[in-house]
Amino acid sequence: MNFPILSTLIFLPLLSSLFIFLSRDKKNHNSIYISLFSSIATFLLSLFLWYSLDNNSAEFQFVEEKSWINNYIKFKLGVDGISILFIVLTTFITPICIISCINSVKTRVKEFLIAILILETFMIGVFCSLDLVIFYLFFEAGLIPMFLIIGVWGGPRRVYSAFKFFLFTLLGSVLMLVAIIVIYWLTGTTDITEIYKIKIPKDYQNILWLAFLSSFAVKMPMWPVHTWLPDAHVEAPTAGSVILAAILLKMAGYGFLRFSIPMFPIASEYFTPLIYSLSIIAIIYTSLVALMQDDMKKLIAYSSVAHMGYVTLGIFTLTKQGIEGSIYQMISHGLISAALFLCVGVVYDRLHSRMISSYGGLVSYLPKYSFLFIVFALAALGLPGTSGFLGEFLVLTGAFQKSYLAAMLATFGVVLGAAYMLWLTKRVIFGTINNAEIKNLSDVNKSEIIMLATLAFFVIFFGFYPLPLMETFSVSVNSLIDNYQIALISN
Amino acid sequence: MITNLNILIPEIFLSLSTFSILMIGVFLKKSFNIIFNLSSLIIIVTIAIIISSPNSEEKIFLESFTRDAFSNYFKVLILLSSLFVLNSSKNFIVENKLDKFEYPIIILLSILGMFFMVSSNDLILFYLGLELQSLSLYILASIDRDNLRSTESGIKYFVLSALSSGLLLYGCSLLYGFTGSTNFDLIASQLNKENTGAVFAMVFILVGLAFKVSAVPFHMWTPDVYEGAPTSITSYFAVVPKVAGLALLIKFMFIPFSNILLEWQTIIIFISIASMILGAVAAMVQKNFKRLLAYSSIGHIGYALAGVATGAVSGYESAIVYISIYVIMNIGAFSCLYLLKKDGQYRENISDLSGISKKHPLLAISFLIILFSLAGVPPLGGFFAKFYVFVAVLEREMYTLAIIGLLTTVMSAFYYLKIIKTIYFDDSIIAFEQTKNRTAQISIFASCTILITFFLYPSILNNLVNSLFIS
Repeated sequence: MNFPILSTLIFLPLLSSLFIFLSRDKKNHNSIYISLFSSIATFLLSLFLWYSLDNNSAEFQFVEEKSWINNYIKFKLGVDGISILFIVLTTFITPICIISCINSVKTRVKEFLIAILILETFMIGVFCSLDLVIFYLFFEAGLIPMFLIIGVWGGPRRVYSAFKFFLFTLLGSVLMLVAIIVIYWLTGTTDITEIYKIKIPKDYQNILWLAFLSSFAVKMPMWPVHTWLPDAHVEAPTAGSVILAAILLKMAGYGFLRFSIPMFPIASEYFTPLIYSLSIIAIIYTSLVALMQDDMKKLIAYSSVAHMGYVTLGIFTLTKQGIEGSIYQMISHGLISAALFLCVGVVYDRLHSRMISSYGGLVSYLPKYSFLFIVFALAALGLPGTSGFLGEFLVLTGAFQKSYLAAMLATFGVVLGAAYMLWLTKRVIFGTINNAEIKNLSDVNKSEIIMLATLAFFVIFFGFYPLPLMETFSVSVNSLIDNYQIALISN
Repeated sequence: MITNLNILIPEIFLSLSTFSILMIGVFLKKSFNIIFNLSSLIIIVTIAIIISSPNSEEKIFLESFTRDAFSNYFKVLILLSSLFVLNSSKNFIVENKLDKFEYPIIILLSILGMFFMVSSNDLILFYLGLELQSLSLYILASIDRDNLRSTESGIKYFVLSALSSGLLLYGCSLLYGFTGSTNFDLIASQLNKENTGAVFAMVFILVGLAFKVSAVPFHMWTPDVYEGAPTSITSYFAVVPKVAGLALLIKFMFIPFSNILLEWQTIIIFISIASMILGAVAAMVQKNFKRLLAYSSIGHIGYALAGVATGAVSGYESAIVYISIYVIMNIGAFSCLYLLKKDGQYRENISDLSGISKKHPLLAISFLIILFSLAGVPPLGGFFAKFYVFVAVLEREMYTLAIIGLLTTVMSAFYYLKIIKTIYFDDSIIAFEQTKNRTAQISIFASCTILITFFLYPSILNNLVNSLFIS
């Protein structure tokens, strides 16, 4: 047995949160250092994992297995080319969140850091688990810290948002729990590598697929169950919004790739039109809604729903381009939306307003900030040369192979995306100064520039040089599609 | 005959020592402390006796008394939970002037009653055990005799419980009439589906048992008694008799009624669904923490009964695991109440918890863990309890029961979240006294530790419970 690198990765943040919990640190400096140090260590460890992962194999690697519940449910972890990227994304975003809370979190810093670190543990766990029950465990457990992050450190309507977030997600996922147990009784195992080999009977596939959809659709979020997201984003503190947008939303997309498609290929084929319609509605409708927002965070939240629409569309084209595009879109959205929420957080910390109308003309007084903001806004609308472009482009390429109508409508969404992002930029960064206080604002400070510049670097880097990401997941995606085709043919 | 008496050693020891400390109490003045500690000691010794005794199945006294792994497990569970409930409430008892020496003695007597209940293999012994337990509980409910609400709850409990005992007894006599025996094994061999009278008998017995575990529609006493009785008694009510009641339900399904399982199952499914829904809906509007826990316990019994309703061994096992984890959670929840003291008064309104996370972070985090666990959110212990039940339920393809159960989980999550909201999101109003209630703190700590670390070895309880049905 090799060194259990995945367990270490999962439990390192948990251990350090325990350490912070037990430490008596009145001024919180040490807590910040400890959490920053541990999260960076986790990041480095995940980079090492990425580096040592064999890209040419679609098999799960670094597999750890331990008997867990009565020997029939195993504590099984493993990564492949798809999940490793999400793990790295998680470990990359977490230190940024921790840096961001130096400026934005003023009360109960220690508890906040503990919540973030525990959340990181659960998020990494979701992407590592190779067993349905473990997956469910981590998937749901993430609700507790996120509920507290929104509720304790959130804005004025935080209670409503936290409840909505928790209950929506829980309601969606209990049906998934039923489905998981039914799968267990059908196949005799919850180990997904075993389930991949066993064909789930056709009569069961559709209903099980829908049960999984109920969970993933809420988490994604897909129209019409997306309404919790704008509320949660608006009220959550900056770091909470960043994690929510960058990682929690990706769990559902990952879930589709890891569970829905390989386990229920026939149902996935059957329900493709449903997903297409929901995705198109999400892209067009939420883009239109985003146009009309007065609140910056809400606007970005709606844009997230639209971007996730591309992800679901791409996944269910079930073409190589579509799926690769979706994964790329998820990673790049993880970076871009995180950056945009951080940008909003930067001005919110100074002016305590998220309203677009309270800003305007920032470019004259906050030049560095404006530059970064524009970079991210352009990336969000998918400007070539940023990572946002590649994802959308590939998704649309995939979609054109399957359905012209869906692809046309989705392309129209790109135009709308440009409209709301550019209009936002115009009203916030350029335009006339509506608020006298803007003249007194200070430009981004050191810690903020570290966070934003790092993100900007990667957004542009992956816009020009997608190879490191593409190489990693290409073989896994190929095998995913091959298995799917084989399952359809043999049916 | 005489050699067989060693099977009864736990009961003999418990009753003899209870009566000896009763004598001490009568002749010694201000003896509460001594008696309290002695009864804790008696409980510990009894646990030791039971654990050291063999688990092999033996029946004595014309096969009316069984000692097997099943009864031993429940006896240890009853004793352990009583030990924690009793000790964590000691400060509360003394400060509320409930420190009469009878208090621990009556608790010991009710434990003795439950011992006979879980060991009984005969209707008469079963009824005697049940009545010994019930009589002790009537007294306990009204032990704060100068308090109007405590006496009211005592009377209420007495009247309703006596009625249910009457029904139960009627059921027993019907059963005797139709099968010609009071022995469980003989009843089982006599019963079959054509025996309509036996179905009636079964319904009456079920009513009596459902009353004891406070399942809907026989739950009406629960909120009032929970609220009216002193907290120390409520915590006992919420935990220990439920365990014994559930053990009996399982036993009845497993032995005497095993041939008319289908009829019995239909009723339990109904009771289970009704309890889950009522527990979730009614708890939402509660303002008193004890009342809320009453409704929450009704809901939890609903989940445990869902396991029983499967009519399969795996279902019974899951119900036993469920009730064991339920006991752990409730001991923690009630122990938290013993720390909410302000100006010599124990607070029990949910609004009093407002913002305690700022002044009492440890207490708040304990509440957090226990409440999320009660709500069944992973990775805490409560989730595994529910998980096992639903695994068993879905094994029998009872989809409706499982889906309703999981939807009520979401509904009940709402009111647990409301308390967490009060604790964490609201502004602090009351600063509670820094009480030095070590025993309650230990109980909370033990409960939280088990709930958090349960996911490391989630099959410990399963393996234990598994062995109960093998013999």
